[in-house]
Amino acid sequence: MNEYRLKTPLSGEDIRRLCVGDIVYLSGAIHTARDAAHKRIVEYLRKGETLPFNLQGGVIYHCGPVAIKKDSQWVIVAGGPTTSMRMELYEYEVIEKLGVRMVVGKGGMGAKTAEACAKHGAVYVTFTGGAGVLAAQSIRRVIDVYWLDLGIPEAVWVLEVIDFGPLVVAIDSFGKNLVDEVVGEAMKRKNRFISIH
Amino acid sequence: MDLKKIIIKAVVDGLTKASVYLPPDVKQAIQKAYEEETYPVAKAQLQAILKNVELAEKLKAPICQDTGLITFYVKVGLKFPEISYIEKALVEAVRIATKAIPLRPNTVDPISGHNPGDNTGRNVPIVIWDGFDSNSDSIEIVVVPKGGGSEYVTSFNMMPPGKGFDGIKELVLDAVIKAGAMPCPPTIIGVGIGGTAEFAMHLAKKAATVRKIGSRHPDPVIADLERNLLEMVNQLGIGTMGMGGKTTALAIHMDYAYRHPATYCVAIAFQCWAARRAAIVIRSNGEYDVMQ
Repeated sequence: MNEYRLKTPLSGEDIRRLCVGDIVYLSGAIHTARDAAHKRIVEYLRKGETLPFNLQGGVIYHCGPVAIKKDSQWVIVAGGPTTSMRMELYEYEVIEKLGVRMVVGKGGMGAKTAEACAKHGAVYVTFTGGAGVLAAQSIRRVIDVYWLDLGIPEAVWVLEVIDFGPLVVAIDSFGKNLVDEVVGEAMKRKNRFISIH
Repeated sequence: MDLKKIIIKAVVDGLTKASVYLPPDVKQAIQKAYEEETYPVAKAQLQAILKNVELAEKLKAPICQDTGLITFYVKVGLKFPEISYIEKALVEAVRIATKAIPLRPNTVDPISGHNPGDNTGRNVPIVIWDGFDSNSDSIEIVVVPKGGGSEYVTSFNMMPPGKGFDGIKELVLDAVIKAGAMPCPPTIIGVGIGGTAEFAMHLAKKAATVRKIGSRHPDPVIADLERNLLEMVNQLGIGTMGMGGKTTALAIHMDYAYRHPATYCVAIAFQCWAARRAAIVIRSNGEYDVMQ
């Protein structure tokens, strides 16, 4: 279990040293995107339209923050991760076509995302679910916001973070998937219980 | 004295308390899980949770950015003078609290996708009339702002009645495994058995979100089953945030209703570690208390 401090934009080299269980503290610009934003990103891609933001070497954060406007400036009050599995539908395409290097969320992701991570040199990392205030502590400012028509939780917030973490590497670029392994082991244990009882 | 205004103010206070402060029984259970945990990855997650709870209190900020879809359980004293205004007051209180706390605007029209921005909409906040007392002149409101992550993994099953308790155990273990890391474990699991489909789910949901950790079910057979199931669930090793570890659930709370001979409903509801709730008692004289 190693610890790394990384800065965006991320390079392939940054990513290839990370293994499941490693801890990352991240600084730089990250983009939030959840269900509706992912859907729109993929619609843009399929139509061949250019996105209003650049995700090359970028970080997608599965998060719908509590955001308020204070003196005409957006402030994030709470900004923990949302359940990533809902974005499994889209993430392969997003990693492949946009050059995203890191996806931050919670709860684990599936085989398609793991495949994209291995193929294109990306990782999926998790932040403690529900720890919205703790996450907001490392958000220094809102750099920009896109697609507010989707509503505050679903908009794409570009956030400047400093030492955002601890982020646990849950899918690395070598095909290992931590949550999948834990759940697979739980299944074996359950089968033992059920055969006993 | 304007009792209508007082109801609104009391409910805003209740929503604030519930959104910012974790109830003492839940906090204590997480603290215990932290102390007992030996696996460093899980221990670090539990530490982050405790730190987050402390920060939320200090900054008076909502514990989690998912400030939930709001449910109210209302017990009505029939001598309370403003019964017909309660529902209106609850909606108004949610609108005010959304701006004041602030809460994330979480209500979305399932048809158009429109978010009105104030946490209200058709049939929400959800109001459950949870009993009447003809002698009382006060109302009791339990407010539950429940996050979407734990709601997403809710499970409802119709079990062949012959399977009995073994069948219930298997369904609960399957639901916990299927839910994995998604409901933000360690969770509180509510299991409602018997009754009809929607009533079993009501029992499960109330058991997961309203009942306090450490309370015992009055039926000793159910109390034993709860203990037994909790032990099994925690032996699965899913752990905090599904990263592995000792505590997957903080508690299992069950409840039951008599069933139809042909059906055996097993409803399973999850509440995340950020198990937010507050109870508000408003009396006819305008005095009120908010408790956790």
